[in-house]
Amino acid sequence: MTVLIVGATSAIAHQTARLFAAEGAALALAARNPDKLAAAAADLRARGAEAVHELAYDALDDDAHQRVVTEATALLGGIDAALVAHGVLPPAETVHTDADAALQSFTVNATSVIAVMTHLANTMEQQGHGTLAVISSVAGDRGRPSNYVYGAAKAAVTAFASGLRARLHGTGVEVVTIKPGPVDTPMIVGVHEPGLLAADPEGVGARIHRAMRRGEGVVYTPGYWRPVMAAVRSIPDRLFKRLDW
Amino acid sequence: MSVTARSQREHLSWGRTPRLRPARVVRPAWTSDVPAALAAAAASGQRVLAYGQGRSYGDACLNEGGTLVDTQNLDRFLYFDPESGVLRAESGVTLAQILALVVPHGWFLPVTPGTKYVTLGGAVANDVHGKNHHAAGTFGRFVTRLALARSTGEVLELTPDDDLFRATVAGLGLTGLILWVEIRLHPIASDQIEGRSTKFSTLAEFFALSEAASARSPYVVSWIDTLRPEGRGLLMEGDHAPDGGLPEPGVSPPAARLAVPVDAPGWALSRPTVRAFNAAYYGRQRAKAVETRGHYEPFFYPLDAVRDWNRGYGRRGFFQYQFVVPFADGDAAVREILGRLAASGEGSFLAVLKTFGDVPSPGLMSFPRPGVTLALDLPNRGERTVRLLRGCDEIVRQSGGAVYPAKDACMTPESFRTFFPQWEAFAEHLDPAFSSSFWRRVTGEAASRH
Ligand SMILES: Cc1cc2nc3c(=O)[nH]c(=O)nc-3n(C[C@H](O)[C@H](O)[C@H](O)COP(=O)(O)OP(=O)(O)OC[C@H]3O[C@@H](n4cnc5c(N)ncnc54)[C@H](O)[C@@H]3O)c2cc1C
Ligand SMILES: NC(=O)c1ccc[n+]([C@@H]2O[C@H](COP(=O)([O-])OP(=O)(O)OC[C@H]3O[C@@H](n4cnc5c(N)ncnc54)[C@H](OP(=O)(O)O)[C@@H]3O)[C@@H](O)[C@H]2O)c1
Repeated sequence: MTVLIVGATSAIAHQTARLFAAEGAALALAARNPDKLAAAAADLRARGAEAVHELAYDALDDDAHQRVVTEATALLGGIDAALVAHGVLPPAETVHTDADAALQSFTVNATSVIAVMTHLANTMEQQGHGTLAVISSVAGDRGRPSNYVYGAAKAAVTAFASGLRARLHGTGVEVVTIKPGPVDTPMIVGVHEPGLLAADPEGVGARIHRAMRRGEGVVYTPGYWRPVMAAVRSIPDRLFKRLDW
Repeated sequence: MSVTARSQREHLSWGRTPRLRPARVVRPAWTSDVPAALAAAAASGQRVLAYGQGRSYGDACLNEGGTLVDTQNLDRFLYFDPESGVLRAESGVTLAQILALVVPHGWFLPVTPGTKYVTLGGAVANDVHGKNHHAAGTFGRFVTRLALARSTGEVLELTPDDDLFRATVAGLGLTGLILWVEIRLHPIASDQIEGRSTKFSTLAEFFALSEAASARSPYVVSWIDTLRPEGRGLLMEGDHAPDGGLPEPGVSPPAARLAVPVDAPGWALSRPTVRAFNAAYYGRQRAKAVETRGHYEPFFYPLDAVRDWNRGYGRRGFFQYQFVVPFADGDAAVREILGRLAASGEGSFLAVLKTFGDVPSPGLMSFPRPGVTLALDLPNRGERTVRLLRGCDEIVRQSGGAVYPAKDACMTPESFRTFFPQWEAFAEHLDPAFSSSFWRRVTGEAASRH
């Protein structure tokens, strides 16, 4: 089994990668910070990955998307599964008033994701098999006043993955959309209200691994977010706009 | 899934007393984030201390009013060679995580305390010991290399030849933050432990049995009924079985099945319950000696089967107390302390008796020394319990022994200096920004740097 992880220094993605490593998979890890990447790679080697390749990837670099897929394909001899995990949760104070900052975060959270998933879809379609997973978010199900720029990007990813899944149906390529609720990772430190319960990354990472193994479609994790978000989506706008959350 | 999410962790010690709160808790996600985190805390004038899994009992892992650096996200393995048994991992990796990785490859921890939910950093900082102390010495003996981050911004790689290494092993977390640790593992051929369980009905019998068992078995420990001053109990000895097989890689060992989800009412571990437990435990084994064989998990970690068992003592928490006294005085001192406990009516649920050997530790402040050691827990009944334990400290002092800082909440500065006369030489290696509630209690050092 060969697996590419884009945004491999993500705390959630690392938990998923550990499970692939324990199964003896060969991994290609793409991330922007080489020191963190080296630590993540060492951990996965010790845990039994057959091979771990480290690739440089900056989501803000337009050429990186094609390059990372080409390099990983060459190193791994094909990509059986990929997880696209990178993302940023920009501080509301900045992105709500600064258009450049809003667009830059949108590039990391949506545009780059669409680019790299397109290259991966091409590769997998050509191979005739593959599992292409992406971490979206419950935040993409409805724009909230506190994080709608982030939510808008995740909504784009969710819609993109939904269409891609349908387009690739029958080709042997499964597209998996992961929608976590709040997870206790560096991303939410200082942004997420501390009192609110955040899920442990171990559980979320394991759920992603299972979803990828089974080629599931849309996965909420923890699972209770599915009914919660159905309820949130059904709140009429005239009420929703009064909520401050 | 854990009962309490990791983000909601309380940062108390295992005894849940004293309840001393830090002003701030930071959780670096990467070892490369640590120097900046230490520098920021130091610049604010706050005292800094690493916090592992909070499995020490008193105040050694607490830093009232200061910054705690929680290492739970520093949980990566950095290197593991299944051929040579060399393992290097970040300091927040737990012994449980190490076992899950290495046992399938035929390796075991060279030394393990009675719970596997401690971190590598904590195992080094308290230079922990296990049932094989008489044969193997302390955990620190198997550390070949470690990296230490200081609040000055330096990151030092240390080996047993360095003075700062010798101060960091058993250094109570005060020399800086350990980033990663490299250890030598112990080879095993199966995940089974075979051995024997033998009843004793007096302390004298314990000493005789223990000497014989220590000569033939690498792991020896005894449970003793503290409600009976004559000292009845069970001695358990064992070794890794040569046959029985190893688990498949990736198959996790049995997890805790029971949990104490909230603080139990105060009577849960009161005298009548303890008496009933002790009688049942002693009475369960009818024969004088029985051969035993089973998975390593219940042999080494019986208490880990009940998650959060420490909450069984209720809101006020409990004290753990462990001392060692030299063999010469061992019998008399243990008898005297058991007598006081029995007289006070403070029965301990689990009291553990074993002998320490003379294998020297590299750690300057290491607690184990040749002699007999007793560990027990007592419900917190306030001043009464503190007085009782200080009285016991006095006996330990007179016999030239020591009390274990990892399990202490009561010792006076005078007792500390008697138990650890080398403390001044050790103090020269302290990181200028690091301190703990324990250290301030036993040295009278000020809480703030300004
Ligand atoms: C059920 C039970 C059984 C036990 N049995 C034994 C036993 O048999 N033998 C024995 O020796 N001990 C035993 N202990 C005590 C335990 O092993 C020690 O207290 C151990 O140090 C706890 O590790 P921790 O990771 O929880 O560290 P904490 O309790 O969180 O911290 C302990 C000390 O380590 C320091 N520390 C932690 N991480 C770092 C780091 N990265 N860098 C620098 N300093 C650090 C802290 O500052 C503190 O001084 C037992 C404890 C329990 C709860
Ligand atoms: N945590 C949550 O509550 C939550 C909830 C729902 C969805 N998610 C999603 O889960 C995914 C993983 O996040 P996480 O929670 O695991 O947080 P994380 O540990 O902070 O991971 C985020 C990752 O994105 C990377 N990244 C950011 N900008 C990048 C760029 N320009 N180029 C390349 N990589 C970049 C980061 O790299 P560096 O390490 O170099 O910064 C980091 O590895 C994200 O897509 C996030 O939106 C998270």
